[in-house]
Amino acid sequence: MTAASTASASTASVIQSVDWVAVAPPTIVAVVGLAVLVADLFLHERNKHLLGWFSLVGLAAAGLFLLPLTDSHNSARAARSTFCLSGPRDTACSYTVDEFTLVVQLLVIGGALLTALLSMTTLKDARSADKGLPEGEYWFLLLSSAAGAALLPASRDLATLVVALEVASLPAFALVGLKHGDKRSSEAALKFFLSSVTATAVTLLGISFVYAATGTMHLTELGAKLGNVDGQLDTLARTGVVLTLVGFAFKVAAVPFHFWVPDTYVGAPLPVAAYLSVVGKAVGFTGLILVTVVAFPEYADVWGPALAALAALTMTAGNVAALRQRSTRAYSAVRLLAWSSVGQAGYLLVPIAAAGYADRRTDVLESTGATVAYALMYAAVNLGAFAVAALVGRTKALNRVSDYRGLYARSPLSALVLAFFLLCLAGLPPGIIGLFAKVTVFSAAVDAGLGWLAVVMAVNVVIALYYYLQWTALLFRAPEGEPVRHRIPVPITAAIAVTAVLGVALSGAPQLVLQFAEQGVR
Amino acid sequence: MIGISESVMQFLLALIVVGPLAGAVAALLPAPPGLKGKSPDQAVLRHGVTVTGAVLVAAIVLTLGFDHDHPSKMQATTDISWIPALDVRIHLGIDGISLPLLVLTALLTFLCALYSYFKMPKGPSPKAFVALILVLESGTLATFAVLDLLLFFLAFEMVLIPMYFLIARWGGAERTQAAWKFILYTLLGSVVMLLGLLLIGLRAGTFDMVALATDNGSELSTSVQVIAVLAVGLGLAVKTPMWPLHSWLPDAHTAAPTVGSVLLAGVLLKMGTYGFVRILLPIAPEGMETFAPYLAAFAVVGIIYGSLACLALARPGAKGDLKRLIAYSSVGHMGFVLLGISTMSPTGVNGALFANIAHGLITGLLFFLVGALKDRTGTSDLDTLAQGSGAALYGKAPRLGGLLAFGAVASLGLPGLAGFWGEMLALFGAFKPASDLSRPAFLTFMAIAAFGTLLTAAYMLIVVRRVCMGPAPGSAEAASGGASPATGGANSVTGGAGSAPGGTGAAPGAERTPGLADVHGYEFAAWTPLVALTVLAGLWPAALLGLTDPVVQQLLAGGKS
Repeated sequence: MTAASTASASTASVIQSVDWVAVAPPTIVAVVGLAVLVADLFLHERNKHLLGWFSLVGLAAAGLFLLPLTDSHNSARAARSTFCLSGPRDTACSYTVDEFTLVVQLLVIGGALLTALLSMTTLKDARSADKGLPEGEYWFLLLSSAAGAALLPASRDLATLVVALEVASLPAFALVGLKHGDKRSSEAALKFFLSSVTATAVTLLGISFVYAATGTMHLTELGAKLGNVDGQLDTLARTGVVLTLVGFAFKVAAVPFHFWVPDTYVGAPLPVAAYLSVVGKAVGFTGLILVTVVAFPEYADVWGPALAALAALTMTAGNVAALRQRSTRAYSAVRLLAWSSVGQAGYLLVPIAAAGYADRRTDVLESTGATVAYALMYAAVNLGAFAVAALVGRTKALNRVSDYRGLYARSPLSALVLAFFLLCLAGLPPGIIGLFAKVTVFSAAVDAGLGWLAVVMAVNVVIALYYYLQWTALLFRAPEGEPVRHRIPVPITAAIAVTAVLGVALSGAPQLVLQFAEQGVR
Repeated sequence: MIGISESVMQFLLALIVVGPLAGAVAALLPAPPGLKGKSPDQAVLRHGVTVTGAVLVAAIVLTLGFDHDHPSKMQATTDISWIPALDVRIHLGIDGISLPLLVLTALLTFLCALYSYFKMPKGPSPKAFVALILVLESGTLATFAVLDLLLFFLAFEMVLIPMYFLIARWGGAERTQAAWKFILYTLLGSVVMLLGLLLIGLRAGTFDMVALATDNGSELSTSVQVIAVLAVGLGLAVKTPMWPLHSWLPDAHTAAPTVGSVLLAGVLLKMGTYGFVRILLPIAPEGMETFAPYLAAFAVVGIIYGSLACLALARPGAKGDLKRLIAYSSVGHMGFVLLGISTMSPTGVNGALFANIAHGLITGLLFFLVGALKDRTGTSDLDTLAQGSGAALYGKAPRLGGLLAFGAVASLGLPGLAGFWGEMLALFGAFKPASDLSRPAFLTFMAIAAFGTLLTAAYMLIVVRRVCMGPAPGSAEAASGGASPATGGANSVTGGAGSAPGGTGAAPGAERTPGLADVHGYEFAAWTPLVALTVLAGLWPAALLGLTDPVVQQLLAGGKS
């Protein structure tokens, strides 16, 4: 259908036929978001909780609409594209559904779904404590952000990419600042907003430079044209490439754009922090992969070393800061998770940097595949850790690491599960999937000849083990005082169960995610 | 020896690796009706004995079914694809060098479980204790049974968390620090090792140890081999431990509960040396050749250093801890193993493997004995025990004293016991190392190592004198080197008779401190196998060497033979 339409579109490129099935997942999420906003106006205060269920169903439906797309990309090697422009020689498309898109969309929608589950309890608790988070707005913002995040992996031109990036980020600022009357919350939102907007501005400047040098926005065309830029324009293009990367470096919270992370995570409602740490990061990495590997392969000598240095700095900064967290400080559990997510972002950057050193196309695909595989593991495990943190946060409002002491005595299952998640993040058995995800990252680095980066990462793994294991050990210590059992709300239980099952299943069959590191994500 | 079909053998080996893991999960669940026992604690400890016992039986049946005429052939092999993405295959198999270690691990873990059934270390619930021991067992057994580099790494890492918790939760004084030191050292080493393993696997195109070993590193350029040996060797050397990287070991041993010490010394250290023989020697021979003299030098320094440290600890007034002393003696013994490996000659490597097993048996026994002594007297501090005149264990608890003396003389390498052959062969190997290595250098190493055996004898005998003898006043002044040979001769006689009830000195001891109980029934049960095997391996070394030698010949020769 698409091929036929593009052939006939040469006469009138203004009239486009849209492949609705291909664009369904982000569209559904966006439409459901709008519907929630409208429904919020007409619903009685009593029935507001229905909005949450509606959003859940919407996200699940969007996830289901990924299914028909999986066939099409298997049967035909050519990916499914829409919003295409027919050039004189070839067509360039703005929206492409290939394996990479699908995997990231799955991650985004799955992550949003789990966030929604966690949010149900948070909103309910806020309602009963009369601290009222505005529910309609909350769901609308969450869904909008998820829609942007789902759009991003499919976008194949710089303009769509930036729009998707902003659609994913702007609602997130509002979500962070949503706690009414909470000074820390609004301060965090402002911090987040200002640093993000600066980064976006720089990116836009970079994009305009690149556009000026090449005259195209489409990533594939950029990849072809950047190779033979006019000699005079070379500096311009080079600067453009670097500036474009800055915005994405901010999204993944790479050094030196990582300072917003801990305060933002602490200030935001916990599910939002979980969302930012997983989906927000996935967005940044997807953008980074698209820009570097698809659009700027010609400048691999620029971004390869830059990303390698960034990876080393990011993981070291994140892990060292996490190491220095005192366990008795208020919100130290969330802070620890925040800093550890900075450290994990460093690991995620390693394969992308390695792609910059690869000689063959397959190596590039394998490297980016390693990032995707690691991100999938990280998403499941980190959301799980946040879910348990949300559970503990219900009874211990300060959510300090020391509050986890003796969790095993209070609630054995959630303690075991949290220990499993933390060891997955640390990459030690029994967290087998974490171990093998790290092995793929290491092997990408070793394969690309980045021995020094592998050694830096090795040291970081040891540092990270220290604080993860310290926390884990705390779970099994004798509790202070009498253990009090609390009823665990169903949505949180569901979220913990889903992530735990995912983690255990992946540990038994790591191939499920690691296949992306083998074949690469096409 | 007996014909068992290959598929049964496969099943047994898989059971040995997976069984303890399933047992660990079961230990965490509530006991099923009918198996509740007297109390939940007793039930779960019994569960530990049952599972480790079953694994031991499986290991023994596996040994019986093992084709002893072709020990160099991989037997009971299973080869299933697990993670195609990383080319990780569940490739299990045993040959002449892994089988003894497998049986040793199964045996020691069973004895530990048996011992803890009667003497549970102080700490939180035994439920977690049993589960951790079982995970530990699974990890160690898997290390010796897997034939895939990444799986080897996984198994290598699997023991870290259980051992950390065993030390940190059930240990003695300063256990937290010791546990951290243990896990951070080992992890740093093993992450570097992972880089080396990845380098080998990616450059050679396979992670399969058998395929890599038959290639004998022909796929790998010399520079790759050198880097790989450096990285992998570092990880293994931390675990072994080799001299400058050993400092976690004394702390970990001192703090660990008895059972933890036994397993740590008895089997965990062997994972390092096994890795040297299984991975580095056959896969990266050129890299090994580059580093062999350095390895030998470090090994020899370790021998001397360990002995001197022990001598210093054994001195009166040094406040030496017996557990720490045995830990340092392990550094010395593992030095012999490393020296044997670094000769790269069949004699040396065979000696290393023999010393490996012997050290597992003897040091396991010694840690059991010291643990028992600590339980009885409340301290393992040599000065407190001896109190200037000697603890007079022969008098107070003659069987315990006899066993301790037996362990000590076995450890110093008395001919006729297990400790002798390994160190002897390692020294022989150093006398005539592989043809590409510098002979003068190795002759020097041999001479220094031989001197180390003298030092070992010296401190072991001092320990025996101070712990087992007494209470005759004034005997402390005679604690010089000159007196040692004489006491040595006397002790070995006592040692030989140690397992038999010897009551010569019972009368004077009983009147001084009546509170010191002699060896209990369960302790006999846990220790007798170790004693018996030590004697057996000492009198009939061919049983073990016949298994290892063909494999060593093949590994060293690689595809050429």
